[in-house]
Amino acid sequence: MKDTDIKRLLYTHLLCIFSIFLSTFIPSFFLDNFSILETHLTWLGICSVFVTAVNLMLYLVVKPNVSSKRSSLSHKVTRVLKCCIYFLMSCFLLHVVFVLYGAPLTELVLETFLFAVILSTYTTVPCLCLLGPNLRAWLRVFSRNGVTSIWENSLQITTISSFVGAWLGAFPIPLDWERPWQVWPISCTLGATFGYVAGLVISPLWIYRNRKQLTYKNN
Amino acid sequence: MRLSSGAFAASCIAIEVVGVAIFLRGFFPAPVRSSAPTEQRAETPAPEPAAGASSNWTKLPPPLFSKVVIVLIDALRDDFVFGSKGVKYMPYISYLIEKGSSHGFVAEAKPPTVTMPRIKALMTGSLPGFVDVVRNLNSPALLEDNVIRQAKSAGKRMIFYGDETWVKLFPKHFIEYDGTTSFFVSDYTEVDNNVTRHLDEVLKRGDWDMLILHYLGLDHIGHISGPHSPLIGRKLSEMDSILMKIHTSLLAKERETLSPSLLIVCGDHGMSETGSHGASSTEEVSTPLILISSAFERKPGDSRHPKRVQQTDLAATLAIGLGLPIPKDNVGSLLFPVIEEKPMREQLRFLHLNTVQLSKLLQENVPSYEKDPGFEQFKMAERLHGNWVKLHLEENHSDILVGLGTKVLRQYLSALKTLSLSLSTQVAQYDIYSMVVGTAVVLEVLILLLLSTPHVLCRKAELDVPLLSPVFSLLFYLMFLVLSAIHVVVCTSAESSCFFCSLPWLAAAGVMVLVSALLCAIVSALVRMVVIDGMLLKKNAAHPSSGWSEVDLLLLLGTVGHVLSLGASSFVEEEHQTWYFLVNTLCLALSQETCRSYFLGDDCEPQHHFHVEQGCEGVLTHTLQDSTVCNNFKPNRAGKGPSLSEAHGGCKWWTVLASPWLVLACCRMLRSLNQTGVQGAHRPDFSHWLTSSEHKVQLSGLAALSLLVIFMLVQRGCSLVSKAALALGLLGVFCYRAAIGNVLFPWQPDNKGISKGIVEARFVYVFVLGILFTGTKALLKSQVIAADFKTKTVGLWEIYSGLVLLAALLLRPHNLPVLAFSLLIQMIMTKFIWKPLRHDAAEITVMHYWFGQAFFYFQGNSNNIATIDISAGFIGLDAYMEVPATFLTVFGTYVGPVLWASHLVHFLSSEASSGSALSRACFCYALICSVPVATYIILVTSLRYHLFIWSVFSPKLLYEGMHLLITAVLCAVFTATDQTGRTKS
Repeated sequence: MKDTDIKRLLYTHLLCIFSIFLSTFIPSFFLDNFSILETHLTWLGICSVFVTAVNLMLYLVVKPNVSSKRSSLSHKVTRVLKCCIYFLMSCFLLHVVFVLYGAPLTELVLETFLFAVILSTYTTVPCLCLLGPNLRAWLRVFSRNGVTSIWENSLQITTISSFVGAWLGAFPIPLDWERPWQVWPISCTLGATFGYVAGLVISPLWIYRNRKQLTYKNN
Repeated sequence: MRLSSGAFAASCIAIEVVGVAIFLRGFFPAPVRSSAPTEQRAETPAPEPAAGASSNWTKLPPPLFSKVVIVLIDALRDDFVFGSKGVKYMPYISYLIEKGSSHGFVAEAKPPTVTMPRIKALMTGSLPGFVDVVRNLNSPALLEDNVIRQAKSAGKRMIFYGDETWVKLFPKHFIEYDGTTSFFVSDYTEVDNNVTRHLDEVLKRGDWDMLILHYLGLDHIGHISGPHSPLIGRKLSEMDSILMKIHTSLLAKERETLSPSLLIVCGDHGMSETGSHGASSTEEVSTPLILISSAFERKPGDSRHPKRVQQTDLAATLAIGLGLPIPKDNVGSLLFPVIEEKPMREQLRFLHLNTVQLSKLLQENVPSYEKDPGFEQFKMAERLHGNWVKLHLEENHSDILVGLGTKVLRQYLSALKTLSLSLSTQVAQYDIYSMVVGTAVVLEVLILLLLSTPHVLCRKAELDVPLLSPVFSLLFYLMFLVLSAIHVVVCTSAESSCFFCSLPWLAAAGVMVLVSALLCAIVSALVRMVVIDGMLLKKNAAHPSSGWSEVDLLLLLGTVGHVLSLGASSFVEEEHQTWYFLVNTLCLALSQETCRSYFLGDDCEPQHHFHVEQGCEGVLTHTLQDSTVCNNFKPNRAGKGPSLSEAHGGCKWWTVLASPWLVLACCRMLRSLNQTGVQGAHRPDFSHWLTSSEHKVQLSGLAALSLLVIFMLVQRGCSLVSKAALALGLLGVFCYRAAIGNVLFPWQPDNKGISKGIVEARFVYVFVLGILFTGTKALLKSQVIAADFKTKTVGLWEIYSGLVLLAALLLRPHNLPVLAFSLLIQMIMTKFIWKPLRHDAAEITVMHYWFGQAFFYFQGNSNNIATIDISAGFIGLDAYMEVPATFLTVFGTYVGPVLWASHLVHFLSSEASSGSALSRACFCYALICSVPVATYIILVTSLRYHLFIWSVFSPKLLYEGMHLLITAVLCAVFTATDQTGRTKS
């Protein structure tokens, strides 16, 4: 049973990675001179939309948290609205964090904000899909030993690796190589993307490797 | 012998300072300098020697050339002119070399083969060392005696076009100039066109005596595509046509004026096979030097194999050619072919002038100059010269005169050669032997510290330091003997001067004893480690470790990451970014910790943290100590969660949650106050806005507000007397700033003229000393008569507030917010984070260190010497006094680290349950400061031929050395405070 779960996890993750690949290749058929570096903002938007779409689709198809209770339509609507608000809030919160980290306050606002959007896409959207707008659950998952399923475990890994990727992505900025990707926020967005992809690849493998030791509270 | 870990660390750091000092002395060899100040102009040139009858020729000889044009082509390698490329692409110059109205040489440049030092070498004739840069405090202007300065004072009109380094080196020396920057390496056309576009007009005008052109294009091409690129050929042809234009125009002018002119074509450094430069490979040091003038008549001959000369020889030649005194620091010798066609008397005169100058320099720099063979030759030549002059004045035109003349000439030439050689080896290259000795000491200390880390952090803060046993061990004596043997061999065989060899024997022996004793201590510590390790492993099996928290991991990784980043020049230039980044991340990690411990309560139940253990085992080799730390010293860790709500009912939960964000916001504001580093330095920042004259009111308001905040924050821990003193002192600071015109007084707008504010500043000094004195007194009281715990805390706080007051005086008014925010952050962190979350001493120490470093940069410092605020050294002093000025400048520069460290002392000793926390903190502080220093020393040694060694790495090395010295002082203070605490209990 566990192996099938892990297999499902792996396939969903491969789908997510595939969506990122698509977001880099598909637009070049429709848009002239599209490239990740030169039309970076467009790519950010498209990538964010793709990843969100795939995540939502997977959530609807796979339904990893089986415990979701039956609820009325109005409840569902408020839930969706709440999710949207949470997403926006996380974008703004990340934007504030970037500014606190030294991003320019008045210039490049759109760039910074889109970076916040893409990072929330990699982190908040899966959280919202999996855990719903429930801050306590989030805190539980991201504390040291609060995970209760392999889905949450993989969520933890991908989120942390996206953040670490974005964090590491800031390091090349002061170097004097004068490369186009050293411009704010390209290196950070690329770092976050690589971190996310790495998290997606690593988490099934890690869970598979440690499947014997992993025991969760509810199963 | 038992030592507390604090005392152990303090002594280790003291030894490390010695090691770093030896290393620095080897890394920056003292340059050969004339002691006479350059400003003295009245000096008369050396008269012609004469035996008996006095010569009538005491004035400087007249100039040989009326006009001089120097065409400096950056990175012109010798084979670009003398090799096959030269024949192919520079036909005109090749033709001139063949035809013979020119002299071609290969001039050897000394490393570092970088433009600025090479220009200095060409114009002063000396070999500049980095110490000069420091001595001038990075004043960009060249202060040493040089040809350009001499020419200026002789009334020559000079024009310069090209690399703006010249304009910075010689400000106000040129009647006309146009500097081009070498900032855009990818541009190699425009940068040269900007020079050439002036050429036609200037050549036509002819109202100048000296024209200097510095072409950067070739260097840029080299950096882009290397010496074999097709672009090189095109550039060389362009240069050739420019040279042809200049030469023909000079010849045309000569026909009118009938006095010869000189065209010099040279390169400042070569180009390696990959197109870069900076190091000492043959390709990089070989540059062509071609002198073209119609005054030369050269016999045709070996034009393909030019003579090798030194680059420094140009300065003396140029000075003679222009009829100027030779620069005082010149170590080069005159290029003899230039004066070959002159009459014998003039030739001898020129050679005599050069030799006298060199021998004077030798006398000032070498104590035993009389034994120098060059000096002996010079004395003999001078005597013969006198005889020759006597004969000449007697109008004796016989063969004897010619014979004697040639003999004197030869004697002079060989004297010049020997003198020049022995002077240039004085400056030498890096003194590797001293550097190795210094590095050995530093590394041994670091290893010793690292080896005792587990011991200090795990068990007790006391260390068994085996002092006697190593001294009597066989290893020690063997080591000492080997080192002495090496010392003797190195010192007797070294051809260049070496600082460590020039030390008295006793001092050198002392250092060697130190090295061998440290080695023995390391060996014994290693043995003890192995023994203890076994025990630890057993113990560890009994108590499962509770792992590292995220903050611990961040602190460790951050420190390691910062140390590694020092290897890249950009990260050294932009080190502030690293620290800001780390401090921000630390705040976020703390925020996560507060959130978790508030919302989730207890999270340390050991039911399922598999992955943590996994991570722990991965780095277990040297983390054993930490696991035991967790066991022994953090028993309360598990109960941290509830503690937040119960132990701090006083402060609201939301303040705890918000405090890291508040700190983050403060850091962000400070970051935009002072832009520092290289990339951001030119960007407009808030401090520029404040210091501009139309915003004086705002600046005054901000300064007053900051002083008020400082008072509010500092007064809470002081006694009543100190409170009053502090208030008056801060008022005095404002008065001082108003007196020197930085800020405005609200109640006295029509102030009398700007004074130096000496009275006000001394008024503040009195209060600083008073507060420091009360603090020390309280501290001593707590030690001697075992007063209560509170006395000690108050005493420490008073010392701290005295330092704050001094800092408020020394920091510029726009930096007062930095001080206020620093105090604010300290208060927030203490109250809402360190106390509720119960971090242990090691974590708190590292956090204090990080914040201290960040504040070093927040106040506008950088790793560049130019950002040191020297004005702090003149506050309250009538005239320049070296000792107080140095102390004040150093304190003013290192305000951040010093204040944070003194806050650390106060914080740790105010915790009633501290026990040995202070001692452990001292150890951690010493360790965390010596790791970067030791790593950086090794990095710098391996990068010593790097392109940026002077501009980036050397200043940083000085900063690191200074920081280590300050750390040593701080550790001594830590230990002293700890001793007071110890005797009390």
